[in-house]
Amino acid sequence: MEKRELTCIGCPMGCLVTVEMEGQEVLSVSGNTCKKGEIYARKEVVDPTRIVTSTVRIEGGDKPRLSVKTKSDVPKNRIHDVMEEINRCVVTAPVHIGDVVIENAAGTGVPVIATRNVEAVLG
Amino acid sequence: MMADTVHTAETTAREYDIVIVGGGPAGLAAAAAAKRAGNDSILILERDHELGGILNQCIHNGFGLHTFKEELTGPEYAWRFIQQVYDLGIEYKLNTMVMDISEDRVVTAMNREDGMFQIRAKAVILAMGCRERPRGALNIPGYRPAGIFSAGTAQRLVNMEGYMPGKEVVILGSGDIGLIMARRMTLEGAKVKVVAELMPYSGGLKRNIVQCLDDFGIPLKLSHTVVDIEGKEHITAVTIAEVGPDRRPVPGTEERYTCDTLLLSCGLIPENELSKAAGVELSPVTSGPVVNESLETSIPGVFACGNVLHVHDLVDYVSEEAARAGENAVKYIQGLGEAQNEGAADPAAEARRITLIAKQGVRYTVPSTIDPEKMDDLLTVRFRVGDVYKDSYVSVYFDDERVSHMKKRIIAPGEMEQVILQKSKLTGAGIRNITIMIEKE
Repeated sequence: MEKRELTCIGCPMGCLVTVEMEGQEVLSVSGNTCKKGEIYARKEVVDPTRIVTSTVRIEGGDKPRLSVKTKSDVPKNRIHDVMEEINRCVVTAPVHIGDVVIENAAGTGVPVIATRNVEAVLG
Repeated sequence: MMADTVHTAETTAREYDIVIVGGGPAGLAAAAAAKRAGNDSILILERDHELGGILNQCIHNGFGLHTFKEELTGPEYAWRFIQQVYDLGIEYKLNTMVMDISEDRVVTAMNREDGMFQIRAKAVILAMGCRERPRGALNIPGYRPAGIFSAGTAQRLVNMEGYMPGKEVVILGSGDIGLIMARRMTLEGAKVKVVAELMPYSGGLKRNIVQCLDDFGIPLKLSHTVVDIEGKEHITAVTIAEVGPDRRPVPGTEERYTCDTLLLSCGLIPENELSKAAGVELSPVTSGPVVNESLETSIPGVFACGNVLHVHDLVDYVSEEAARAGENAVKYIQGLGEAQNEGAADPAAEARRITLIAKQGVRYTVPSTIDPEKMDDLLTVRFRVGDVYKDSYVSVYFDDERVSHMKKRIIAPGEMEQVILQKSKLTGAGIRNITIMIEKE
């Protein structure tokens, strides 16, 4: 039996969670203070994922950069590919919170959306 | 956008019930809560060109889980509150610098449109936030070349201006902004070589150590500090060394890292120049105002909330605290008609006053005093500890009687703790002191 200690990232509490595993099978999860902790720990030991946040270039806007995020989490080992696509992306103002900036980031099936409002500057 | 229509209203008015200094998360939440509590005469003064404060550059996610039950980025969290301020029709002035707050609550401010102007307020809410400890306050030896930034400055450059400060990075200090920037710079293609932390523990949230350092294999060297900086025009290398229990470098442990950027994330300090000049009593521990149960400072009618009061770990707590400051400011103004609130201190209230004592690992509490008559039914007392405690208890004593003994797996300086006090237990009980401390058993 293998024992893994994780810090839950489901919320800022950061509970110390202990997972007991047998191969890829989770035997027990302890130390979490809510259900999120158990869900996170079970997932983190088998299939870790992250939300990626970054910025993209925006043209014709009242700000030079538009902050963005993946709408949901992507596999941890795909973060680099998602970043490469984000870095190639250039959008045109106006863009508003929630607008889709990239439909399918690096083939993960997850869209990248705007997290701020950038208004168009006329002229 | 609607922003402009709201903020041009009544620019000539020189009297407001409530003036809020700062339009960041604290100021916005205080304003919205004061308005909802029934006050229509509120003005927010913000020095930046937009509302939202530092959240606008915090593009990472993790904000708002407590408040909105979802994980938002900083700009998204700010926008939720900016929208409330718009929807509630609360007035604000941007690009406006407050120069002075007087003891009788006259606020002197300036901007390009109005020039220098004064506002007489019935209540003032301090919501100026905090700033980063600069290099000058850190006593780092070596040259003073370009390429040394506070983590927050780098964050603004990368996230808002779209510039990368460098490609090879060393970070001193493991505060949250430093950890966040370690990830951010890595994602943007920089090599973050090491994060050195003077203390034997990190000042940042555990989740940030996991997600920002461990995820990318960035080493965190605890009990280490920078002992030399090289480079005359631009930084070329730093030397870090281990420190002993006295926090002095241990000879022979030096390691040299070539780099073109050094980021400093060595703590945040509440920004209280205005409070100090106004005569507000400050806590030597938090560098923020000493406040009572109503978040009122030593000057009646002057309230404080958010990071100007004490540095918070979560913005959700800032919003919650600021909302209480807003509501209490409205209550204070409603009470102004009643004679006993003006001028001389109320002896009955003085007799009721309970002093909160932080000891044995607890560095401070907010608030510092409680009037049981004036407190809400439930009052959240927030505090931080000075060291890492494992499997210890947070104990609360009413005078000499221990009334609460809560076991905690871990208590760390980077994370704010709280205890909740009940009004019904405090009213008429004749308690003089409430002590909060950490106990091993």
